[in-house]
Amino acid sequence: MLSPADITAQPRHAPEGPSARTTRSPVCRAAGLTLAALARLLSGASARWIASQPDTCQRVYFANHTSHLDALVVWASLPQPVRELTRPVAAKDYWSRGLLRRWLAEEVFDALLIDRTDIKVHQSPVDLMLREIGTTKSLIVFPEGSRSVTGEVGEFKSGLYYLAKKRPDIELVPVHIDNLNRVLPRGEFLPVPLLSCISFGAPMWLERDEMKADFLARARRAVLALKE
Amino acid sequence: MNDLHTVVLVTGVLGLLLVATAVGQFLARRPDRGLDPGAVRAFNQRLRGWWIMGALMGAAFWLGVTATVTLFGLVSFWALREFITLTPTRRGDHRALFWVFVLFTPVHYVLVAYNRYDVFSVFLPVYATLFVLARVAFTGDYTRFLERTAKIQAGLVVCVYCVSFAPALLQIPTAATAPGSGNFRLLFFLILLVQFADAMQHVWSRLIGRRLVAAEVSSDRSWEGLLGSATSTALLAAALWWAAPPYEPWQAALAGFVIALLGFAGGMTMAAIKRDRGVKDHGTLVVGHGGVLDRIDSLCFAAPVFYHLTLAVSGAATPVAGG
Repeated sequence: MLSPADITAQPRHAPEGPSARTTRSPVCRAAGLTLAALARLLSGASARWIASQPDTCQRVYFANHTSHLDALVVWASLPQPVRELTRPVAAKDYWSRGLLRRWLAEEVFDALLIDRTDIKVHQSPVDLMLREIGTTKSLIVFPEGSRSVTGEVGEFKSGLYYLAKKRPDIELVPVHIDNLNRVLPRGEFLPVPLLSCISFGAPMWLERDEMKADFLARARRAVLALKE
Repeated sequence: MNDLHTVVLVTGVLGLLLVATAVGQFLARRPDRGLDPGAVRAFNQRLRGWWIMGALMGAAFWLGVTATVTLFGLVSFWALREFITLTPTRRGDHRALFWVFVLFTPVHYVLVAYNRYDVFSVFLPVYATLFVLARVAFTGDYTRFLERTAKIQAGLVVCVYCVSFAPALLQIPTAATAPGSGNFRLLFFLILLVQFADAMQHVWSRLIGRRLVAAEVSSDRSWEGLLGSATSTALLAAALWWAAPPYEPWQAALAGFVIALLGFAGGMTMAAIKRDRGVKDHGTLVVGHGGVLDRIDSLCFAAPVFYHLTLAVSGAATPVAGG
């Protein structure tokens, strides 16, 4: 199967200068491992790779958004080598509040914090994301923009489309998060340790001449299809 | 003498598992025997689950009473996770569920570890029930109130309260054991009989099962399987009476019979819950064994009755050590 990723033939491990990861202190690395293990244990997350395999190639994982734990748990359910290269995109207003939360987001799971209240035309989040990931890192994004209230998967915002358009070589992997909204619902701060399931679907790309609305609808259907 | 009994029992079970594993592996490598390959695979997966369970139990026995109670506590915790995950709850149940998981379940097992029968026998069925009712009422969400609170209570009773009677067996004082040393053979006896009854139920249902108990709930549990399993388990229990200190042979046979009946009832109950939710297994922790809840459904129902039978047989009014 020929995919845009094959055509552009990106080197899988582009030799770069010392990345932010390798310079992180051992404390942060250990905290990262502990946090990932804790998040998996607490959320009882089982990762199902349905039509894709874990890989360190550059990817954008896009998922439905149900809980504050989403970014953390999707990140934690990736295998450790993949996790090292994957940065969750998270809301700045939530993750930069308080010293612990900021330390976790910035140092431990290396989140890319996006200011939802201050989006400018010339400084779009998509450009920021693309600049931050370079040619090695992957992203976890939530195209709905905010957590759904009803539990239904909402319409996708256009950021995913622009990501796909500007970097057609990146694999877009749909992810479905099940039951995490019951572990930590909107408006609660104490989690109930139920079991959740993270499903990874088949990679997709922006088709030639595909319209924005069509692509976003197709991406949304790909997430919903993983619900079984 | 006691140690000799334990050695015989453990060696016997280990030998049985080894033989069964050898047979299973042999059958898996010879697909031309006219046997259903699916059944052979199911048998082998079931065996793998038993090995895992056996290893866990062995480790807990070796480490002592507290470790065993802790192990069962973790099993309960995981089973309750599966139970509540499977049951739809509403936002209004969140805080009640939080305390059920982080407070009521651990505290109950601490009470079991300290052998406070007077407290732990009412802690969950009375006090946790009252708390759940009140806590859900306080949230202001009254939609299907009784239905929602009943689900949480059922989960607590089946997954936590009933299961905890298995490790509680360790602290029943009997003539054969010094107080505090742990009555491991009783627990071993119970688990062995429960597993045996479960396997026998499948065997008898497959061999002569014709009248299903409730086809809508379970497509393989038959009256013949129930009777066959209860009789075989009673016979095995009578043959192993020496392994369960206070029991006479006829009492052991009665216990085996009752354990098989209740194990069957537990299996039927879980099957009904799963049918209602439209799933086959509760989880994916052990390959081929569904979830933890699928493995302990028979134990949930058999443990409290075996506990109280043992109390009656040993003549102790309350199981408080030295009492």
